[in-house]
Amino acid sequence: MPTNDSAVIEFRDASARAGGKTMVEGLSFQIAQGETLVLLGRSGSGKTTTLKLINRLLDPAEGAVCVEQKSTTEWDAIRLRRRIGYVIQETGLFPHFTVERNISVVPRLEGWDEARIRARVVELLELVGLDAGSFAHRYPHELSGGQRQRVGVARALAADPPIILMDEPFGALDPLTRAELQREFAQLSRSLHKTIVFVTHDVREAFALASRIGLFKDGRLVEISEPAAFARSENEEARAFCESLN
Amino acid sequence: MTDLINFFIKNRADIFQLTLEHLFLVAVSILAAAAIGIPVGIFLTRRPAWSKPVLAVTNILQTIPSLALFGFLIPLLGSYGIGRVPAIIALFLYSLLPIIRNTFTGIQGVDAGVREAARGMGMTDWQMLAQVELPLAMSVIIAGLRVATVISVGTATIAAAIGAGGLGTYIFRGLRMSDNILILAGAIPAAVMALAADFTLGLIERRLAPGRAKAAGKTAKLAFATGIVALVAFVIVTSGVLSKKSERIVVGSKDFTEQVILGEMIAQVIEAKTGLAVERKFELGGDLCHRAMIAGEMDIYVEYTGTAFTAILKHQPITDPRKVYDQVKREYLSEFGLEWMEPLGFENTFAILVRGAEAERLNLKTISDAARYAPQWRAGFGQDFMSREDGYAGFARVYGLKFSAQPREMDLSLSYRALAAAQVDLIAGNSTDGLIDKLGLVQLQDDRRYFPPYEAAAVVRREALQRYPQIAAAINDLAGKITDAEMRRLNLAVDGESRDVREVVREFLSSKLEH
Repeated sequence: MPTNDSAVIEFRDASARAGGKTMVEGLSFQIAQGETLVLLGRSGSGKTTTLKLINRLLDPAEGAVCVEQKSTTEWDAIRLRRRIGYVIQETGLFPHFTVERNISVVPRLEGWDEARIRARVVELLELVGLDAGSFAHRYPHELSGGQRQRVGVARALAADPPIILMDEPFGALDPLTRAELQREFAQLSRSLHKTIVFVTHDVREAFALASRIGLFKDGRLVEISEPAAFARSENEEARAFCESLN
Repeated sequence: MTDLINFFIKNRADIFQLTLEHLFLVAVSILAAAAIGIPVGIFLTRRPAWSKPVLAVTNILQTIPSLALFGFLIPLLGSYGIGRVPAIIALFLYSLLPIIRNTFTGIQGVDAGVREAARGMGMTDWQMLAQVELPLAMSVIIAGLRVATVISVGTATIAAAIGAGGLGTYIFRGLRMSDNILILAGAIPAAVMALAADFTLGLIERRLAPGRAKAAGKTAKLAFATGIVALVAFVIVTSGVLSKKSERIVVGSKDFTEQVILGEMIAQVIEAKTGLAVERKFELGGDLCHRAMIAGEMDIYVEYTGTAFTAILKHQPITDPRKVYDQVKREYLSEFGLEWMEPLGFENTFAILVRGAEAERLNLKTISDAARYAPQWRAGFGQDFMSREDGYAGFARVYGLKFSAQPREMDLSLSYRALAAAQVDLIAGNSTDGLIDKLGLVQLQDDRRYFPPYEAAAVVRREALQRYPQIAAAINDLAGKITDAEMRRLNLAVDGESRDVREVVREFLSSKLEH
């Protein structure tokens, strides 16, 4: 059944509808182990919908989406999601949980013991550049926007999932913090060897992080290529994005 | 003010008991409403299409006036028609709306991003509910409980009208006797209870607000959990204290002073003569006594032959007292299984009253005597007398009465004072009203027997008589013992002189039954 054994995620002519409206259609592409695919496009072009097809927050209306060579509809949704880290804009943290509790949600769901959880939280906070001693027991409202996003990333990594989905994680940050986080995240992602799917409408961010860029327009994938090739693309929408860089 | 304090001190045991009953009604109904309402609210968040109809129904329930709701419940509940059961059901229904609505909107109000993150991280529906949605919605849910509790404390006062006890007992009694001290003695503890519930739950609500979490959240959660455990424990303990033992004779009364006196009299006679334990279920409104008898919840109360004949058996009024009594006795036994005891002696009927001085001056004994003077007189009648079948229209016709002007329609108790103050010259009062003697009024004899007889007599459930035959003899010791004048004096002692019913009755019985 698999056409490419190294593909961790594969879309096969997948489409999705919500409320009778087609959100995406005719999606066919593969994502290889360890790559960072950035999904770029205007608001409402279908990027987030595509992301939700991967962790089965949505089921495809036609075609199929396979994760690790198995169609998402054959996966148990709960098991599938626990193998996939998920970071969304700053609202994603649980306001009634401390940083430590937020990060340890999935390990706790998976039944890790307390000692292992504590060690993992410390390790992750250091990894995202936060001092465990002073941050572990804070609540989200006691953090800055940048700190919250770091915690969000740490949370997604907690149970060491092979795949991470990120939906405009840095979208709400001020430009300086944003650039800083992008830089750190680019380093982090290279060292982690995770398969990452990253949604953004910021072409600068796409070039900074991507090993490949997928461009969406009106629910369709109109271009998918490595950054250098993307910069030379003849596609009208790709050129519009690239021109906005200057 | 000192009167009030004295009342509280003197009746502290009573007030404590009523407060306990009141708390019990509220605690049981709120616990039940929370146990049903919170899961229903949660269910609605899972099936939002159901939320509109369900919330609409609970909304409608809430708009039903409480007395009307109690009224609907009485026939629906059959043998549980009066007492705590319908009160708790009504309070439960009223509490549902705020609890369901706040649970639903509280959970719906949880940030969509937070919910999506929870789902995306692989939480099952239950995990998301328990770990994310309920904790974040908790302060809103508590706010619903708070509203429900405050409403319940207030509404529970009305439950006294259907025999559920509680602080409303004082309020209703105070309203009936226009005794402000009694009203306050019921209203103040109820208000304190409502404020205390409002304050405590408000504190917990604020402490549980999301983002306020921290240590304060922990203590609040602990306090909340302890509170629920304490409440459940309270309900269990009080239900033991309040639950009646089955080996008791239940004596009831309607909701006016004379009835309470007679109920107390029957109760004391049974206690003294038979040694049986008596439970008093006094001050029931409307025809609740009759319903309670039929439902087997009450064993004895005092009824009036005329009321039984017209209001319950639905016959046209007739005037021969013997005929009425015999027919009522026969039909009560065959239709309801209820036995009429011997009449107590007095009648509570319409009494045509004039000033004593006037009666003496003009030598008036009967209504016919007075009819001659009617064209120079003014009359004042209560609404009841003006509108009833056996009231003014027939009365004027039978006696050929013509007053100087159309009779003035006025409040019954006001008409006594109007007569005494010579603002009117003839009124229709109640033959056993204590005010008749107090104001020096005289009752004219109904020489043409226009008014149907309203002889008072005890009615007893046949099963109770078969089980405890000795109560018939005990009650019939009172047969013919109470004259109209004596009943007036007893009413005056309680209503006019604010004396304790138990004391007044004890005195009367010792003077009557000693020899």
